[in-house]
Amino acid sequence: MTPLKGQCLILGDDIDTDLIIPGRYLVSIDRAELAPHALEPLGPEIQERLRVSPIIVAGTNFGCGSAREQATTCLLGAGVKAVVAASFSRVFYRNSINTGLLAITSPEAAEAATDGSVLEVDSATGTVTVDGVAFSFVPYPPELMKIVEAGGLIPYVAAQLREESNA
Amino acid sequence: MSQTFAQKALARASGVADPQPGQIVDAFPDVYMSHTASWRCIQTLKQLGTDKLYDRDRIAMVMDHLSPAYTAKTAADQRMCREFAERMGIKNFFDVDSGIAHIVLMERGIIRPGQLIIGTDSHSTIYGALGAFGTGVGFSEITAAWVTGKLWMRVPESLRIQLDGEFPAGTYAKDLMLYLIGKVGADGATYESVEFHGDLVGSLSVSERMTLANLGMEMGCKNAFIPPDQKTRDYLYAAGLSDDDIEEIQPDDDAVYRHRVDLDVSTLEPQIAAPHTVENVVGIGAVAGTKVDQVFVGSCANAKLDDLLIVADLLKGRRVAPGVRLIVTPASRMIMAHAGHEGALTTLLEAGAMLTNPGCGACAGNGGAMADGEVTLSTANRNFRGRMGSYDASIYLSSPATAAASAITGVITDPREIVR
Repeated sequence: MTPLKGQCLILGDDIDTDLIIPGRYLVSIDRAELAPHALEPLGPEIQERLRVSPIIVAGTNFGCGSAREQATTCLLGAGVKAVVAASFSRVFYRNSINTGLLAITSPEAAEAATDGSVLEVDSATGTVTVDGVAFSFVPYPPELMKIVEAGGLIPYVAAQLREESNA
Repeated sequence: MSQTFAQKALARASGVADPQPGQIVDAFPDVYMSHTASWRCIQTLKQLGTDKLYDRDRIAMVMDHLSPAYTAKTAADQRMCREFAERMGIKNFFDVDSGIAHIVLMERGIIRPGQLIIGTDSHSTIYGALGAFGTGVGFSEITAAWVTGKLWMRVPESLRIQLDGEFPAGTYAKDLMLYLIGKVGADGATYESVEFHGDLVGSLSVSERMTLANLGMEMGCKNAFIPPDQKTRDYLYAAGLSDDDIEEIQPDDDAVYRHRVDLDVSTLEPQIAAPHTVENVVGIGAVAGTKVDQVFVGSCANAKLDDLLIVADLLKGRRVAPGVRLIVTPASRMIMAHAGHEGALTTLLEAGAMLTNPGCGACAGNGGAMADGEVTLSTANRNFRGRMGSYDASIYLSSPATAAASAITGVITDPREIVR
């Protein structure tokens, strides 16, 4: 994947799925429809910042709570490409891989970043750079990287099914 | 080659003989559960360009959130599921009258020990109460499993929680779990398989074990496990299964755990999770006296038969405090019917409770919303900001007994003070 560069929005610890996308909006699975409600409980200022930040930086246990897949797709709809966090909840981490959002575990980078810092993420080499300072992270294993590169699980499986039917 | 429960269960589901923690395997689940998210799976299936299913008998759909529908959109989504199940011959389809997916599937014999169950709900960890490996996934994963029969699974490390002693009066499985979550933190078991062992666990009913496995999710675990025993088998027989259907998996005595927590519950006190995280746990003394506007007895954590009976027992001959809304939402239709036979529903109504149809109800934001500044004491498993209406409202979590005591007084109340 090509490296990603952009400014970040800083969020804290334990950002739960109800803060990311409240349950009342789960009647949609359309990324564009979900996007205006991403992080709504955190207020309009945060939402304003979200719209111009392709990268979110957060503390521990990001995405804790529900299995709702819209927690990752609402962020993708809002233009977010990667979340760099000290740690992730399990289901959010899975959903990220399966919907094509980069979830990068790097407590050091999360600590170093401040609001508006410019980050560069290279998922192939496992490097995240914060205002010019590089930190390494463990890249996805190859079998999961293939899913992310395909844009998520559904496009990945769809391509596999096409290959099988052509074989 | 000693193995934890998770290693054995994923070896069974993947065919990999000795999977090690951290290893990624392709696992073939026995049950793919989807709840209200089912319509999302059906929509997503179109993107795969096929409707050839791997095994329709492994699909289970339960219309539990947002039931009955309160908008035309939800009604249309539910109709889509109903028609899809009919067209594809999916026999395990449970409509809006059934109750909460997890409870419905367990009480009807669809969940068995040793199985791998994936569900579009984080609290799928609850299946560990029957010695199964249950874990939450996104709706795309369920859709993919419908077609391919498999999904990638990372073999988890394991946490052993050793529980001994007996519950003192007024404390229950919920208090234990809130205490543990407060102790290890909301991410204390992230990505781990949590095994509950010890004399206390053996003494608990299957319903109480469900509360343990359900709340394990709030420590961040991937799955929970309680060793199946005669109580488990009796529950499964009542659900219509026979010994031929049951293949228990037990971890090896010398299995390797990443860490271990030991707890004797003999001095446990009623616990409360204060707003807005489940790990924000205090002994009841710290928040007793806090005024409540609403009390909710519901959810897959604590709206089972024994929970309803505890609440009814405390409310018998008493009244809900003026100005307090007590909402009781039984976990399933079968549980509701059983509570009716026991007379508990009449007791609740006479005390001033509101009874709703079985399902997720207010826990999923379907009814029971709060206005700015209001407070709910809930027996559910989450107290996140905005989960029940206003972003400026507060949710406290407790056991059913504490909820009942607080409904009577109108403030958070130690159930030991309401002596029968």
